[in-house]
Amino acid sequence: MARAISTRRKIAISAIAWLVAFLIFFPILWTFLTSFKTEGTAIQIPPKFVFFEWTLENYVTVQERSNYFRHFSNSVITAVGSTIIGLLIAIPAAWAMAFSPTKRTKDVLMWMLSTKMLPAVGVLVPIYLIFRDLRLLDTHIGLIAVLTMINLPIIVWMLYTYFKEIPVDILEAARMDGAGLRQEIVHVLTPMAIPGIASTLLLNIILAWNEAFWTLNLTTTRAAPLTAFIASYSSPEGLFWAKLSAASTLAIAPILIMGWFSQKQLVRGLTFGAVK
Amino acid sequence: MGSITLDHVTKSFGAVTIIPDISLDIRDGEFVVFVGPSGCGKSTLLRLIAGLEDVSGGKIMIDGADVTNAHPAQRKLSMVFQSYALYPHMSVRGNIAFPLKMEGASKEKIDEAVGNAAAILNLTDYLDRKPRQLSGGQRQRVAIGRAIVRQPKAFLFDEPLSNLDAALRVAMRLEISELHKKLGTTMIYVTHDQVEAMTMADKIVVLNAGRIEQYGTPLELYSKPANRFVAGFIGSPKMNFIEGAEAARFGAHAIGVRPEHFTVSQEAGSWKGVVGVAEHLGSDTFLYVKSESGDQLTVRTSGEIPVRSGETVHLTPMDGRVYRFDAQGHAIAG
Repeated sequence: MARAISTRRKIAISAIAWLVAFLIFFPILWTFLTSFKTEGTAIQIPPKFVFFEWTLENYVTVQERSNYFRHFSNSVITAVGSTIIGLLIAIPAAWAMAFSPTKRTKDVLMWMLSTKMLPAVGVLVPIYLIFRDLRLLDTHIGLIAVLTMINLPIIVWMLYTYFKEIPVDILEAARMDGAGLRQEIVHVLTPMAIPGIASTLLLNIILAWNEAFWTLNLTTTRAAPLTAFIASYSSPEGLFWAKLSAASTLAIAPILIMGWFSQKQLVRGLTFGAVK
Repeated sequence: MGSITLDHVTKSFGAVTIIPDISLDIRDGEFVVFVGPSGCGKSTLLRLIAGLEDVSGGKIMIDGADVTNAHPAQRKLSMVFQSYALYPHMSVRGNIAFPLKMEGASKEKIDEAVGNAAAILNLTDYLDRKPRQLSGGQRQRVAIGRAIVRQPKAFLFDEPLSNLDAALRVAMRLEISELHKKLGTTMIYVTHDQVEAMTMADKIVVLNAGRIEQYGTPLELYSKPANRFVAGFIGSPKMNFIEGAEAARFGAHAIGVRPEHFTVSQEAGSWKGVVGVAEHLGSDTFLYVKSESGDQLTVRTSGEIPVRSGETVHLTPMDGRVYRFDAQGHAIAG
């Protein structure tokens, strides 16, 4: 009897899980499908799900009208650039806080996190003015700087939790074994921390890639990443759902593929320390 | 060579003093055990010697050279940690070879030293495994192997057996003792287990609240405890203490009798009492007796004696086996 109930329960839970997963995935699927419809079919009520005339016309138009590859390379430059600079700052910071904490370490961490609680729009005007005066508007450097700063608290926190899990005993053992600071970092700490650094890196690239608020407000053409590319299809000439969907699909495809291949690493990074 | 001298060493963490003032001489080749209850400062003392903590005052000397401010690596000591502290990303071979790599030794020398250490510790078949593929005992052996290859001036052990199960602990205890005989290197061993201390040590340092209560050979500590703390800490089961009128009869504030130093009779003796619990182990019998004066006494006799719970027994301490203590807990001589 007990087994019968548990099997039924398992089926029910699986069904609910699949349903929730489908609901979450549905917008992406719908965007993908819409990108292959004509503008007419795209706004048709009732909507057509799969049985419509598939066309690549939107992708061709999007290619003709705007330079996908320029936006793509801007996205790569800003996401990778801000991630590398972020890691260069965050690794020593997290390292110091994890291995030689002081009375104020927890306060510093909380303060860093608290900066994420302020709505971005609250500092839009001052940042915009600073960027204007420093001539950083619509530049890669400016965008990298702002993306680094907004993601830094999260990277520091993630790395801090990860480093905390490395037993101090092992570092002390290395010291006893004759390792100097440099050897300790190269031979012991870094190899043990690589999985944590890798998952932080991946997550940060995703966050930077998808960031829309600052990229839309601080760039126009030269440094505009894919988020700006999507946005350019949303308003000026009325709504073109099919073209917007094609642009969106092109914009999210690279990060989706990267996320798919690195999902094991990402899940480990996000849930690290939650369970032993 | 590996003599270690502590000269008025003190250690405080902020306002909390862990070690008020310790001076100690450890001679070359000795096996010294630091023993004491949790929080007595024994691990801190070991870490001070290792150089993993800085002293707040005093001097530490190894072979006469002042190493008080030297980096751990410069002290030429090896340490075995309670958690094994193996490098999880390296194979057993990599772990054992690590200290030699840090020294910049040649590949031939490393291979030879790793081979020797592995042979001594029965690890030859496991050299290419990762630490996670080993059992607790094997991991601890790798940690010891890593300590051996450096040919250190002294080995420091920080409760190395506490993560192992009871049977393995006894086996490893023997292995470490044999290793000490084979290598003849100074060893300092920290434990809270007085049985480990008694069985392994040439000399025991009994620590309490950061102070040395007594420093001597295991049997000195057992037969001539300097004070009530040492008397109670060394020996298992613990010494019985009796205060009041009975102690006054011996001219002391308190007297102590070890459980194994009673003769038990069902007819007559010094103290009469009722057996609460009787444990019959075959080799020994343990009696927990409530005396007429209300003291709870533990008695250990070798072999089997036919006494049951609830029966009345008479206990007599053996001649010369009553320890006397004054009001401050110091042993009274004679």
